[in-house]
Parts: sequence; C-alpha cells; structure tokens
Amino acid sequence: MKYSIFSLARNALTGHQNWQPAWRSPDPKPHYDVIIVGGGGHGLSTAYYLAKVHGITNVAVLEKGYLGSGNIGRNTTIIRSNYLLPGNEPFYEKSLQLWEGLEQDFNFNAMVSQRGVINLYHSDGQRDAYIRRGNAMRIHGVDAEVIDQKSLREMLPFLNFENGRFPIMGGLMQRRGGTVRHDAVAWGYARGADSRGVDIIQHCEVTGIRRDASGKVTGVDTSKGFIGCNKLGLAAAGNSSRVAQMAGLELPIDSHVLQAFVSEGIKPWIDNVVTFGVGHFYISQSDKGGLVFGGDIDGYNSYAQRGNLPMVEHVIECGLAMIPSLSRARVLRAWGGVMDMSMDGSPIIDKTPIDNLYINAGWCYGGFKATPASGWCFAHTIAKDQPHELNSKMRLDRFRTGYVIDETGHGAQANLH
Amino acid sequence: MATLINCPHCGRRTTDEFYIKGDASKVRPMAVGDGTMDQWHDYVHIRDNVRGRIAEYWHHTGGCRQWLVVERDSMTHEVYGVTPAQKWKPAGASKAAPARTAAARKAPAKKAGGKRS
Repeated sequence: MKYSIFSLARNALTGHQNWQPAWRSPDPKPHYDVIIVGGGGHGLSTAYYLAKVHGITNVAVLEKGYLGSGNIGRNTTIIRSNYLLPGNEPFYEKSLQLWEGLEQDFNFNAMVSQRGVINLYHSDGQRDAYIRRGNAMRIHGVDAEVIDQKSLREMLPFLNFENGRFPIMGGLMQRRGGTVRHDAVAWGYARGADSRGVDIIQHCEVTGIRRDASGKVTGVDTSKGFIGCNKLGLAAAGNSSRVAQMAGLELPIDSHVLQAFVSEGIKPWIDNVVTFGVGHFYISQSDKGGLVFGGDIDGYNSYAQRGNLPMVEHVIECGLAMIPSLSRARVLRAWGGVMDMSMDGSPIIDKTPIDNLYINAGWCYGGFKATPASGWCFAHTIAKDQPHELNSKMRLDRFRTGYVIDETGHGAQANLH
Repeated sequence: MATLINCPHCGRRTTDEFYIKGDASKVRPMAVGDGTMDQWHDYVHIRDNVRGRIAEYWHHTGGCRQWLVVERDSMTHEVYGVTPAQKWKPAGASKAAPARTAAARKAPAKKAGGKRS
C-alpha cells in the first residue's frame, strides 16, 4: 500500500484498524540469489537498491536481533558530506543527494531535515584547515561556506565565544547537512525492499559460512538452519570481524563502543548541528525537543553496547566548554553502539578474495550518513561483481597496497580515527 | 569495563589515567625488506578483534608511565589481570620471531640466535 494523504484519511475513518504491516515476516527459503547478513541500515538499503536498481529480488536479509536494533537506531542522526579526500567526498555527496530524494523514493517519512552542519574552529591554524576542507568540497561541487564570528554570534548566541583557552572564532558550514529520523530510515528501506520481494528474516543469526571444495561461498548456517545463496554480502557493522572470520577472512578492523546521549525535551533552542573543534563533541536538537549529542569512542575494544563513565564525563565537559548553559539541561538517556573501526578511518565496500563473498564494513562512527550510498554502492558491487566508481577507492586490499584513505592522518591505529 | 585498573606499580587507578594502544597479541616482525610485506601487513593492520578474552597494551600516562598489558573480556568488560609489558609474552611469540624484550636487547646475539632456527 502506498502511503498518502488519502490512505491516511481512509484509515482514519475506519479507526486505524486496517493498516497492513510494513513488511512481512517470512520463513527463509532454501536458496536465494543474494543473502545480506545484517538487517541494519546498510543491509536493508543494499537489499532495497538490489531490488530497485538492479532488479534482483530473490534476496534475503538476515538479522540476528530485531530490525533496526543495532547502530541504525543508536546514532546521533547526522547527515553531511564535508570530507576532504577524493576517495571519500564524491561517495558521501552521493549519499547526501540520495537523502535529499529518499522520502519520495521509498514513500516513507524519514523527517530529513537539512538544518545545516557547523564545525567550529578555535585558532588560525584550524580555520585554515577548515578552509582547505571547504575548498576541497567545493571542487567536488559540494556546498561549503565559512561563517565568521559575527554571523555566528547571530546564529548561535549561546556559544562560549570568549572561552579563554578555546575561543570560538568561526565555523565551516554545510547548509545541506542536517539530521534524519534514524528509525524511519530502517523502516522505510525495509518496507521498500519487502514490497519488491525481498525476505527480511529477523531473529536469524548466522553461525557459519559454507564454502565448497573450490573455496567459493555456497550459503550460510543460521539459527533457522542452512540457507543457500549464489552471492553473500556482509553488512554486520560492529560484528564484521566475527562474521568474516566464519569464511576465513581476517579484517583490518577493531570493534569499539561509542556512546550517545539525549537530554530531557526543551523548547526549540539549537537550530543546526554544531560540532566543537576541540576534543570531539556534536549536538543537535531532535524534533521532540531533546538535545542529542555525543563525542569520541571510549577507546578500548568492546562488543558491549554500553560505555563507561570516564567518557560520559569527557563528552559533557566538552559540551559545557562549548555551551555553558547546557549545564541546566538534564541527561535523560545514554546508550552505546559497537563500531567497526578500520585502520585508516574509512570504510570498505568491496569484493573479497573469496568467490561469491562481498563485504561492507569499517564504518568507524560515520556509518549513518552513508546509509543510502553504502547500500547503493554495495548493491552495485554485488550485482555487477565489481565496485562502482564511487566506492572504487574503498578497497579491502588498500591497506596492503598503501592506498589508504586516512582523513585525519592518524595512521594504522583504529581507536584514533 | 571495570573503572579501576590494578596497576602493578601504582595500585588501583581509574581508567582515564591510561592511554590505550590496542592489541597485544601480535609480535613485531624482526625482518625487513623483500618478502616481508605479508608479516608487516598482518602486524600493522590485521586484527583478530576477538569477542571475549583479549590482551591490550595500555600506557599509564597519568601515573608511573610504564607500558602494561591488560587482559580483559571485550564483551563483559571483566579485567582478568595486568602485567608489566616487559614480562608479557604474546601467544604468537613462539611461532614468530622473538619479542624485543629487555633481555633480548641486552644480549641480542645469544637470545635471538637461539630461538630463530
């Protein structure tokens, strides 16, 4: 059923008793053309674009928990395409363009809000680095502008401009960036994929990957039995290493926990997404009124979806240094997600050395904004058996060949990216 | 994660006194040059990324400034033990080249020669 004002009116008149489930809950078939492991944002969008763009509809998405229970529902909902490097920027811009048309495309209200993302700078050197990044974006046809302190004072009067150690001198702004209602992204992609014939199988954990004598992948063992496939795509986020190891594939990835926070609901206050240029802190205000914010990963390897108190303190210290009046808001909830931190801070969307096996991993903590383009490129890579130009630099073998995409220049240490 | 780490030199200290370097299961290759790329790629980039018991290098930057190895569980965050890094023997040490221990640096010829064969 297509959602519209008419379907809303019709269902309102019948007491909202006749809405159909947005997707089915089928039993797995014995064999699929493509199986995607991981029913998060990237897995679901991959299935959606496989069906919609490439006409491959005999597809299953296997999710060990319930749909959207991982990082797609655990992030701070920010979208942007303000990257520096050529291997990244066109990809993230594709993602932003897909966000811009997403709701019409999959007929679901994801509340895409292009409220603008502002990165604050605090020194002449940082300003120059931001200008360089802004110019790199503009070379790729992406919007970027420097906001001076005077304009910033009008837009965000509550910032701590006179911070003695880290004065706020201005910011780099991408007006097309913003926020999206993250749960609706999972639901919209799931509904769009399901309506095209994709089977979304929840509570179905992959426990093994079967390969034949020649080494190629033939299917997966799951908590619901063996399921055969022609091609297998892994989109398991924080558990990528564990799933890949089932096929004997070792990844350049460490799993880390990242926390996020939301305050009690307050009146409209922060119009944009604002990031602190000292330490790491980013904040926006949800449509419900809660301030949604986060900072760095905790720093130690973890598969637990919960963080630790020192990072809570650090994030809130950063927040108060940037916006002193935050001290009046109470934190309502905090939660954690498991990040697949790659060794250069950039993702992997590629074929693997194993036949019929494809991988989508290493999203560090930038995966949410990439959801549409990640699925779009991964679907292309699986359908055509070769990467699209947009993910042609996001290779699995780049760590061996030396063609890494290291935005921050930190080198091969996962917890620094 | 236990918020307190039992440093062998300083006693129980909070985790935010420490800098975490990461995986302590790898052994640094001794060889350089042609034909060693696989070893170095494995050492620098590839991680077992175990869910369960792991060992990590931690530096007590806010205390004794000694390198330690913390053995703990990456799922439950339970800490099993803390060892000074000089006394740490990675599981892979026997099959690969010997670790660069203080003893190896003092007597490189004897120590390295004996184990390499």
